[in-house]
Amino acid sequence: MSGVVSRVRPPLITGNKTYHQITEDICASTEKLPGGGWVMLLMMALGLLTFGGVSMFFTIWYGIGTWHLNRTVGWGWDITNFVWWVGIGHAGTLISAILLLFRQKWRTGVNRAAEAMTIFAVMCAAIFPGIHMGRIWVSFFVLPYPNTRGPLWVNFNSPLLWDVFAISTYFTVSLLFWYTGLVPDFATIRDRAKGFRKKVYNFLSFGWTGSAKHWQRWESLSLILAGISTPLVLSVHTIVSFDFATSVIPGWHTTIMPPYFVAGAIFSGFAMVQTLMIITRKALKLEDYITIEHIESMNKVIVLTGSIVGVAYLTELFVAWYSGYVYEQFAFYNRALGPYWWSYFAMMSCNVISPQFFWSRTMRRNIAVTFALSIVVNIGMWFERFVIIVTSLHRDFLPSSWVYYSPSWVEVGDYMFTFGLFGTLYLIFVRVAPVVAIAEIKSILKTGGNQYTGENAEKHHAHSSHAHVAHRPNLGEADKP
Amino acid sequence: MRKYNKTVLYGLYNDEEILKSAVVAIKGKQVDIWDVFTPFPVHGLDPLLGLKESRLHIAGFFYGLMGTSIAFGFMTWVFTRDWPIIFGGKPYFSAPSFIPITFEFTVLMAAVGMVITFYLVCGLGPGVTNPYLDNRITDDKFCIALDITNYSAEEIEQLSSLLKNTDAEEIHTKTI
Repeated sequence: MSGVVSRVRPPLITGNKTYHQITEDICASTEKLPGGGWVMLLMMALGLLTFGGVSMFFTIWYGIGTWHLNRTVGWGWDITNFVWWVGIGHAGTLISAILLLFRQKWRTGVNRAAEAMTIFAVMCAAIFPGIHMGRIWVSFFVLPYPNTRGPLWVNFNSPLLWDVFAISTYFTVSLLFWYTGLVPDFATIRDRAKGFRKKVYNFLSFGWTGSAKHWQRWESLSLILAGISTPLVLSVHTIVSFDFATSVIPGWHTTIMPPYFVAGAIFSGFAMVQTLMIITRKALKLEDYITIEHIESMNKVIVLTGSIVGVAYLTELFVAWYSGYVYEQFAFYNRALGPYWWSYFAMMSCNVISPQFFWSRTMRRNIAVTFALSIVVNIGMWFERFVIIVTSLHRDFLPSSWVYYSPSWVEVGDYMFTFGLFGTLYLIFVRVAPVVAIAEIKSILKTGGNQYTGENAEKHHAHSSHAHVAHRPNLGEADKP
Repeated sequence: MRKYNKTVLYGLYNDEEILKSAVVAIKGKQVDIWDVFTPFPVHGLDPLLGLKESRLHIAGFFYGLMGTSIAFGFMTWVFTRDWPIIFGGKPYFSAPSFIPITFEFTVLMAAVGMVITFYLVCGLGPGVTNPYLDNRITDDKFCIALDITNYSAEEIEQLSSLLKNTDAEEIHTKTI
């Protein structure tokens, strides 16, 4: 084989799979009727979507007066949710692009689902600036199209417009990358399907044949898309942080924002991938493809980015004190000890303290702990955005306009709407598309799987036909709780 | 459905290593391989088949370049010629603040351009149905296809035994 086969690294595909078995295992969820658990989850998602739909209706029909935003706190839950969802979206591209460039084979088990998550999360995110504008039906005003008002162009110097370009580019590129990866896998389902399903998958698979030249171009395309997605994903959250950093509000106007936001985005994105993957691998019986190794690798990313975020929080405090600028000092004093101390406390404990458990190998490989912490981390990251936005605004330069902001039920409902949307889309996705990239998994079977037909294996075969099994214990199975 | 109007003799193999040695053996006999179909990208196959490196990345570079010049040029034109406005006391031509959008648009053009080019040159796209040789090629079979459209029965027999000698699991003919 072309890849280097390591005897030290545990296998990424367990269960002695053959190529055909991989096809069977991964296509299974698209070929049978959904089980009770799926239907129940879909009902829950649709329930949230309905409740959220009502509050969306109120938001759009009556305007954002139905929210508790006011003169002092102009950004509240809406922008908090926007930044939170965009941040979650970052893990998908990180896994599929940056890890491709770094030749990390474990990405093949999770990249498909993580990218789907990215796309759905960005869709959820895009809703918030849209409804925040108040008149969503004129949201196309943000595009620089020749209009009858002059033409009066948009302000290309504004970070908010940079955001429009960043988010829409990010969505488009992620979608293209994801779909191009899906085409060969849709072809696999097409060739197994009959009747109407065959027609549908024939359409979705774009006439894919698996010709050597097509694969060559496909790989070249994937690599270049990965190459340009890497700076893209870093730029997107950098630009989101510019929404704050280029303003003059104490607490927002800090140069540390871009790297701190990017680290936080990867942090929360990986946490969301963990939450989804732990349920998905169990429900769809994909434990042989999304192994403890995958979970552990992601936990390592979580502890790293969580610690970067922690350092960023402390740096911010230090710089506020060191700046000698009273308004900056007050903003941070007010964050930690003001009326919103509880949100600062939640942020610190969820984001900085909780991931430290993952320094321990036992914790990293414990599914229950990982699942619980992945949710804790995302709660923490939501509070981080809430802290940055609301605590910096609610006590502004004029003490007579200081307020305490809490959301109306409509704002909560709008947030629930995005949960419903995300859940519904993800649940549909797991039923219609292969959750694990079939072709990519097959391509690492011999270098990263436990079948082990590489050079090292042949040396072992000289001693005993079973030697390689003993050298590469099936850790994924042994560590199941 | 698209038609090639070709008669194809093809062998199905069970493993990519067998496929690669078969390609070497067939090429060694000076037999032209029409195409090879695999369920996943097999590394090291392209040089054996004599496929040239894809030029998609060159196209991508020019799409990107187009994006850069369109975005930067357009913003410059808008703010220096078409409708100059002073924002926050900055000059009309404030190049640093054009950078984020220029970058995003470069990436957008490069990605969209390359993906469209990819589907066009491969002859793939929504609603396209290409002729296929075997359903299992997208599952676990590796296929070497030889074009035998104008071949005599004797020649076909020879090619067939050549495929058999390279450990082909199954050998079939199909007109596509």
